[in-house]
Amino acid sequence: MSAPSENSPSAVRPPSSGADPSAFPGLTSAPGSNIRAVNDPFHGDLLEVSMGPHHPSTHGVFRMMVTLDGEVVVKLKPVFGYLHRNHEKLGENTTYLASMPYTDRLDYLCSMTNNWAYALAVEKLAGQPVPERAEYIRLILAELTRLLNHVCLAGFLLQDCGASGTPLMYAFREREKILDLFESLSGSRMMCNYQRFGGCRIDPSAEWLDRVRALVAGFPRFLDEFERLITGNEIMMARTPGVGCLSPKLAISAGITGPMLRAAGVDYDLRKVDGYGIYPRYKFRVPLGAHGDTYDRYMIRVLEMRESLGLLEQVMKDIPGGPIMDPKAKLRGLRPKAGEAYGRIEGPKGEIGFFLISDGSPNPYRYRVRPPSFVNLTVLEDLCLGHTIADAVIILGSIDIVLGEVDR
Amino acid sequence: MQTPEQIRDRLLARFPGAGVTFVANPGASAQHSLLLAASEARAIAEFLRDDPELALDTCSNVTGVDWPEKEIVETIKKNVPDPAGGPDKVVEEKMKKTQPGCLEVIYHLYSMSRKQGPVVIRLRTGNRTDNVTLPSLTPVWRACDFQEREVYDLFGIVFAGHPDLRRILMWDGFKDHPMRKDYVDPDDFEWEPTPHDDVLERAKEHYPAAPVTAAPTASPTPEGKA
Repeated sequence: MSAPSENSPSAVRPPSSGADPSAFPGLTSAPGSNIRAVNDPFHGDLLEVSMGPHHPSTHGVFRMMVTLDGEVVVKLKPVFGYLHRNHEKLGENTTYLASMPYTDRLDYLCSMTNNWAYALAVEKLAGQPVPERAEYIRLILAELTRLLNHVCLAGFLLQDCGASGTPLMYAFREREKILDLFESLSGSRMMCNYQRFGGCRIDPSAEWLDRVRALVAGFPRFLDEFERLITGNEIMMARTPGVGCLSPKLAISAGITGPMLRAAGVDYDLRKVDGYGIYPRYKFRVPLGAHGDTYDRYMIRVLEMRESLGLLEQVMKDIPGGPIMDPKAKLRGLRPKAGEAYGRIEGPKGEIGFFLISDGSPNPYRYRVRPPSFVNLTVLEDLCLGHTIADAVIILGSIDIVLGEVDR
Repeated sequence: MQTPEQIRDRLLARFPGAGVTFVANPGASAQHSLLLAASEARAIAEFLRDDPELALDTCSNVTGVDWPEKEIVETIKKNVPDPAGGPDKVVEEKMKKTQPGCLEVIYHLYSMSRKQGPVVIRLRTGNRTDNVTLPSLTPVWRACDFQEREVYDLFGIVFAGHPDLRRILMWDGFKDHPMRKDYVDPDDFEWEPTPHDDVLERAKEHYPAAPVTAAPTASPTPEGKA
């Protein structure tokens, strides 16, 4: 690398190949992605750091090949696949029903929404209706999953900022309460394997529903306490505003979904857009960010938790009785007629979709998972360029990835 | 939202003579798709993105499908005149045909600004061996970046014009494409080259020479049982 001449502002380093915005014509790169001019006469060579795969801040076995100029990131290439087990091939070699427990292992924090997305795709493929009560249970479980995922994310984000321990433990205390509910309903805390094509597996008792009501009633108190602790917190305000800004244009083009997209100010929530399940019957608002920075991404999640609680309060009032499975639904030996279907729902991390092709046999001919974490990682480099390596850690934390889903 | 047939007609009006075929989906979901010829795919994709009525500004899902060569048995009924002058005999002839295989990429396009979709487009390669290049749509939708890399990795479709086409889930030294239907696991699939192997190789020259002694007569435990 040749040293830049003098301290002139024009002394800009040639951008590295990966960071070259001209690689994507027709797109303006995200704010903050321009490479800074280095006018420091003492600067040395660029330093390439392999961060991960075994690094506590990478949320699993994820590696970032970071090229640093001093502390500033000038190039970042995500490397993953350490947890790859070819989930899609497994899906093609098993029956439709046998893939259901495997979907728990994708995003292992949100097994209930993974189950629902898969069940929805198969129901589309087979033209399978779902009874009313099952739709209510699905919505309750999906919103509980959203609470659990977002509260974990907030805890981990603070951990990444250096607030070691305390916020995470507060968050995990609440998460445990939700996991207890999942366990008493499905028999497993995290690997729930609960949804079925045409309904769900176990009918919740009235006592279980009362426990959900108690949790929903108590959760806002925790959220207030948590926000007092964190939202205006000095560490938070020093580290997150203005860090990792994502422009709406890039977000849309890059297929970003979920809270990360809405933090960039794009009003797109599949619960509203697709109106699957019984979401259109209930009122809830879609919070939107203004800057698309890390702070917005945190705040959107807090606001979404409040909306989820409001939604749960409404839904818990009118749960109908009736069957939880369509009596005509076929589980074992399901052979949908030839065709294909793409089903997607708004998972806590974004659009989780399943694409299935059937050739009339008991196994899917093609089984594809559209993982939100994987697609959201596309813009990691754009967000991190120009920021310090310490900021890259919290930007990654705010994207909210689970490696079980990224690597599949 | 326009139906796929309407979109096909508009595309044919805009790009006369372009290869746009309607592919019906007989399943319950009725998500029909459009098969595009590889040569015009990039221009058509840009049109779909920029057209104000469609405004398909995001690509949600990119996936590959492997269609290996298939033998189809066709039965043809033939009327054979009876030499004795009676009514014609119907003879069934069975013909064996080989349907050529191909690799396919499927894109699910949505519009975030107009909140509509999906429009499903498909591209097909010429065959499964030496003619597997398709145009990359990453310059049109950035969302295809990692997903096309995944299709390249697992199916072996080469995307011309992709800015950074490398393996993404399998390691760089891996040879085959595991999602193809005819893929067979190697026997030693646990083995993976690591940078550490090079270090061990270079370290060998620093090892002391092995002492010259008589070869041991017999090892106390057979290999593999220890």
